[in-house]
Amino acid sequence: MLDFYFEPYEFVKNLKYMGIGMLGVFMIVAVIIIATYLTNNITNKLAKPHDDD
Amino acid sequence: MKELLSLFDGLLAFGKDGNWKMIVMWIIGGTLIYLAIKKDMEPTLLLPIGFGCIIMNFPGSGAAGPLQTLYNAGIANELFPLILFIGIGAMIDFGPLLSNPKLMIFGAAAQFGIFFTLCMASIFFPDFRDYASIAIIGAADGPTSIVVAQKLGSQYVGAITVAAYSYMALVPIIQPPVIKLLTTENERKIRMAYRPKSVSKATKILFPIIITIVACIFAPDAGALIGFLMFGNLIRECGVLDSLSETAQKVLANLITIFLGITIAFNMTAQQFLSPQTLLIMGLGLIAFIVDTAGGVLFGKIYNLFAKEKINPMIGAAGISAFPMAGRIVHKMGLKEDPQNFLLMHSTAVNVSGQIASVIAGALILKIFIPML
Repeated sequence: MLDFYFEPYEFVKNLKYMGIGMLGVFMIVAVIIIATYLTNNITNKLAKPHDDD
Repeated sequence: MKELLSLFDGLLAFGKDGNWKMIVMWIIGGTLIYLAIKKDMEPTLLLPIGFGCIIMNFPGSGAAGPLQTLYNAGIANELFPLILFIGIGAMIDFGPLLSNPKLMIFGAAAQFGIFFTLCMASIFFPDFRDYASIAIIGAADGPTSIVVAQKLGSQYVGAITVAAYSYMALVPIIQPPVIKLLTTENERKIRMAYRPKSVSKATKILFPIIITIVACIFAPDAGALIGFLMFGNLIRECGVLDSLSETAQKVLANLITIFLGITIAFNMTAQQFLSPQTLLIMGLGLIAFIVDTAGGVLFGKIYNLFAKEKINPMIGAAGISAFPMAGRIVHKMGLKEDPQNFLLMHSTAVNVSGQIASVIAGALILKIFIPML
């Protein structure tokens, strides 16, 4: 006999981790996107006067 | 005569123990070697894993000792996968992503399969260390899977690693039907103009440092994972360490890959591997990859409901990390629908963002579950 653990209710119980996890990934990625935009804008602006020389 | 007969001790022991399971493991090892050589499926890893699987499965196998030493030296302490991450970081060009950073959001969406699989796996596995580790197969990233499973102390590290690498190799087979099922022909034909914005050298250098800082602030457990990946990328982009970058991309990555593959096989003894749970893990891994793909594509469709400039929802599927296959598949599917539809730069950008997002997802899983240990 195969000894199987099977608890469908666990799916519902763990949905909170799905919510926390996906929210966490989106939040961190959003911060990285903003930081990348800012870095690119600042470094491009700083580089421009130098390019004109 | 006695000495002569002693040569057959191994054979007698084999018959006595009735180790048919070991023969099954040879077949599994042989199949992995066949897939690596004949089908070119992740040969750098599946071949060493397959061979290691064979040499581990003999009564009193002498390979167990050295492989255990390697395991303790490189996998039990997560060293091999982390060093491999330096090589992977050095291989990745974040240029297409940096010229359009908002595409990174699709990489995040494609991590849905990880958390969906976490819930699914909890139905079949009572221990959170196991179901949280199985979920990370959906990261489509071998080193992350190994590190998370090892840190959480799952008893299924071998099966999880084999599933992760096998499905990464099967991405060209798994993804296209899912993408087709979820998109219309018109959606697949959506063209995306490529207007690269200038990316300064300073941004390319600062990007890996910023990612490391942000990731470590929110998920300190990601320090090693994201840090090693970004260290590799910094070596690549700094412009003064070309020879180190080349070494990391080739020699270092190859060397670690050899040891990583064969050492993983230490966990592939018949006793540990041949169980219904392994089959379940393989099934759950497949679900993870399918749901990852679906998550990315559906997010692309939702994005189009609100966006002025429509995107091709197929690029969402490239967020599955498996680099660079996922990006190429989307590009090829776009060309198939419309020979003038070039999606490569967009899909590559989403693909590399998937690499970052999958590591972040792994770190979040560690952050959630490590306190429960």
